[in-house]
Amino acid sequence: MQELLQNVRLVPMEHYVWLSSLLFCIGVMGVLLRRNTIVMFMSIELMLNAVNLLLVAFSAYANKPEGEVFVFFVMVVAAAEVAVGLGLLVMIYRNQNTTDSQALQTLKW
Amino acid sequence: MSSSEILLLTCLLAPLSGAGILLIAGRSLPKSFASALATTSVFLSFIAAFLLFRQTGAETAAFKLNLFSWFTAGKLSVDMAFRYDQLTALFLLVITGIGSLIHLYSAGYMHEDEGHNRFFGYLNFFVFFMIILVTGANFAVMFAGWEGVGLCSYLLIGFWYKNSDYNLAARKAFVMNRIGDLGLLAGLFMLLNRYNTLDFEALQEAVKAVKSGDAYLTTATVCLFIGAMGKSAQLPLFTWLPDAMAGPTPVSALIHAATMVTAGIYLVVRNHFLFSLTPATLDLILYVGLATALFAATIGLRQNDIKKVLAYSTVSQLGFMFIALGTGAFTTGFFHVFTHAFFKALLFLGAGSVIHALHHEQDMRFMGGLKKKLPITWITFLIGTIAISGIPPLAGFFSKDEILAFLYAKNPILWGLALLGSLMTAFYMFRLYFLVFHGSYRGDAHTESHIHESPISMTLPLMVLAACSLIAGFIGIPEVFAAHSHWLNHFLGNLIPVQHPEGISHSTEITLMGVSVTAVLVMVAIAFRVYGQGKVVPVAPEEEKNPVFKLLAQKYRIDEFYNFLFVAPFNAISQFFGKIVDNQIVDGIVNAMGNLAMTTSGLLRLLHNGRVGTYLLAMTLGVILVLAYNLIF
Repeated sequence: MQELLQNVRLVPMEHYVWLSSLLFCIGVMGVLLRRNTIVMFMSIELMLNAVNLLLVAFSAYANKPEGEVFVFFVMVVAAAEVAVGLGLLVMIYRNQNTTDSQALQTLKW
Repeated sequence: MSSSEILLLTCLLAPLSGAGILLIAGRSLPKSFASALATTSVFLSFIAAFLLFRQTGAETAAFKLNLFSWFTAGKLSVDMAFRYDQLTALFLLVITGIGSLIHLYSAGYMHEDEGHNRFFGYLNFFVFFMIILVTGANFAVMFAGWEGVGLCSYLLIGFWYKNSDYNLAARKAFVMNRIGDLGLLAGLFMLLNRYNTLDFEALQEAVKAVKSGDAYLTTATVCLFIGAMGKSAQLPLFTWLPDAMAGPTPVSALIHAATMVTAGIYLVVRNHFLFSLTPATLDLILYVGLATALFAATIGLRQNDIKKVLAYSTVSQLGFMFIALGTGAFTTGFFHVFTHAFFKALLFLGAGSVIHALHHEQDMRFMGGLKKKLPITWITFLIGTIAISGIPPLAGFFSKDEILAFLYAKNPILWGLALLGSLMTAFYMFRLYFLVFHGSYRGDAHTESHIHESPISMTLPLMVLAACSLIAGFIGIPEVFAAHSHWLNHFLGNLIPVQHPEGISHSTEITLMGVSVTAVLVMVAIAFRVYGQGKVVPVAPEEEKNPVFKLLAQKYRIDEFYNFLFVAPFNAISQFFGKIVDNQIVDGIVNAMGNLAMTTSGLLRLLHNGRVGTYLLAMTLGVILVLAYNLIF
């Protein structure tokens, strides 16, 4: 276990931060700019995992296990979310015959 | 409960139950049953009143019937209490007696009318309230009756509600009466404020210590008199009474001549102990009465509508009653109420009989020569005319002469004016009589062929009333002719202190009588000269050449004047408030509120465009803002 932490610490802290910031921004941009709901969904996953990466890095550097434990929780919740989200997507596709988010415009008064 | 109390209660409840049945179930009852029920209930009331009267002598103490406590507020407690004394006794006889005759008459007169049952319901209701009015033991109960008769008057003036003019007349009567009622209420509150009671007996006790001419009491009595002015059609609140002739003729006879309009006189007589403490109010009453008597009499001279003449005559006679009250002769005022009730009811019913015979023609220009065709109506109407003109020994002479004697004792100039008024009465009444019954018929031939004497149910009341008009005056034979012959003074003596015209010797009194009777006879002769031959026929007001006569025919344009002075400005203000303040300002504010909400939500609605991307962008920006805020601060 200590060896694993050592390995994580081999990469400097800034790199983790930059990488996960970059991943997070890509995720945000993906959600905002893409119209295909499956891609938007993937982008959301990307944001979650950017955060996970950062949590693990901080946890290793601070030598505390809470961050890693928290990552497990995020993963579990993300798995549940994927199940619900994909279910929604299937329903939308059945109704609208597309996964384009523009097709959901009728959800207004 | 003693037998007297049961009788008084019968007197009260008989017309109420009649009215209740007729107003609730009237639609499904046959006409003959309805009129029989209404007439019987009032007649029952009359019998009760008569039995009560039989037990009552001058010395009999008043009794009080306290049904229940009406309301209690603070220190004030008002009972639903009725009082029976000599004054009530006579008023009850007049109301129920003439009331039952007029019910009987209406059975014939209203036979064809589709609202027959409703009419009798209202009429019974009126009698009930009138009885409440004269039996109430305190101001509150009296006021309930006072308003009740006003309501019935309104309902009956507007009885033929399909005619909008009649509805306007009803409304006018109601509004005019309300002006008076406001005065009455103000007076009532003033008395309540000072004496903390509304009971007549308690008030009489309370004012014993008050000095004559007390300013507070004077104001209160003036207010009460304003109430009387409205109800009894005195200047300047008289214009509703002539318009009230829009109602069926029996209503005019019962309500607008014999009973309700004398409520103002009743009010003053009942509270004589207040009014005799306030000489200034009495003077006001005297002058208002005199002015009304003269004013209405002059208008009566040139009216062509048979009922309008009688209406102005009623206003004028009410003026005479107030003259009597103004001189402090309360019994005399009541005496004239009593005699007037008979002959004026008779005259109205006679006029109704004429109108009935002529198929609702009321204009005297199209009458004439009816004495052969309507013999009973003719004779009885002549008796009524002589009675009202004040020719002895008919009823009007006694009461009117007593008034004149009191007035002479006060001031000979006023006596002269009042005499002038009574001469005009004689003139216009005989003008009416000659125009209707003498000469030749001036209407169209078709109507002439259908003229017929009225049925017995209508002529019987005429005959009874004619008999009463002949003899009613004998209850007040002047003391000049025989000592202690004035039964009315004696009967009411314990209740109302007897007055005598002061400083007038018997010879003067007889001279006065001689002068007035001679002058009246001269007036009759003049009326005969002018109208007796049937050659002079009045013209329509518009065609009148003589400007003075034209003004009289147009009733001094008082209605136009009131319209100009009160109605038009009031309408203008209402228009202003309705069209500008309400429609523009008030509605404007409310609409602006609505519009504001509409516009704002319209703008905010644009945010909710349904695009998932926009929402996500908004969310992201929001999160960035929150983070930035946390970073900076």
